[in-house]
Amino acid sequence: MDVKLILDLAVYTLVGITALSVVRVVIGPTPEDRLIGLNLAASQVLAILVVLAVRQKQAIYLDVALVYAILGYIGILAVARHLEKGEPS
Amino acid sequence: MIWAVAAFLALGIFFGLVGNLGVLRFPDLYTRLHASAKCSTTTVVSVFIACMLLEGFSVLTGRIVVIALFFLLTGPVTAHIIGRRAWKRGVLPWRRRERRP
Repeated sequence: MDVKLILDLAVYTLVGITALSVVRVVIGPTPEDRLIGLNLAASQVLAILVVLAVRQKQAIYLDVALVYAILGYIGILAVARHLEKGEPS
Repeated sequence: MIWAVAAFLALGIFFGLVGNLGVLRFPDLYTRLHASAKCSTTTVVSVFIACMLLEGFSVLTGRIVVIALFFLLTGPVTAHIIGRRAWKRGVLPWRRRERRP
């Protein structure tokens, strides 16, 4: 078996799984459900970026993956803080 | 070596499928949070182990280790923040229907 074929199959399957996890973002009843779906999709996109970096043997994709992880973390923190302020509890 | 890489990639895809099934099928916010947190961490770590095995000892492996450490630090923190926010907003946990009066 070829290595690139295995990595391509992994990338395509992970893209399909990410499309499944976006369903929860669309149909989630509460805002926290949408945050859960976004967190899951962000982690799988991170895995896709790392597999693509190893497949193309380019280290620039790993920088993109690191910045994506940091921005996803800060974004979810910001959305949670916004929900805390937005609704009176 | 290539069979180990394929096995770890298949393990990661399996964990991703199970996590998405849990997020889609579970009845409550807290159970969905449980499935999402565990399965996202195991998916990412399995795929990273496969990439490190494929790449050997090189520059890419060092960067993958840095990303894995960052993800292992921030994944549980994110899950804790979402759960705490939902608990403070007053979302009640799910109960079985027979126990309701």
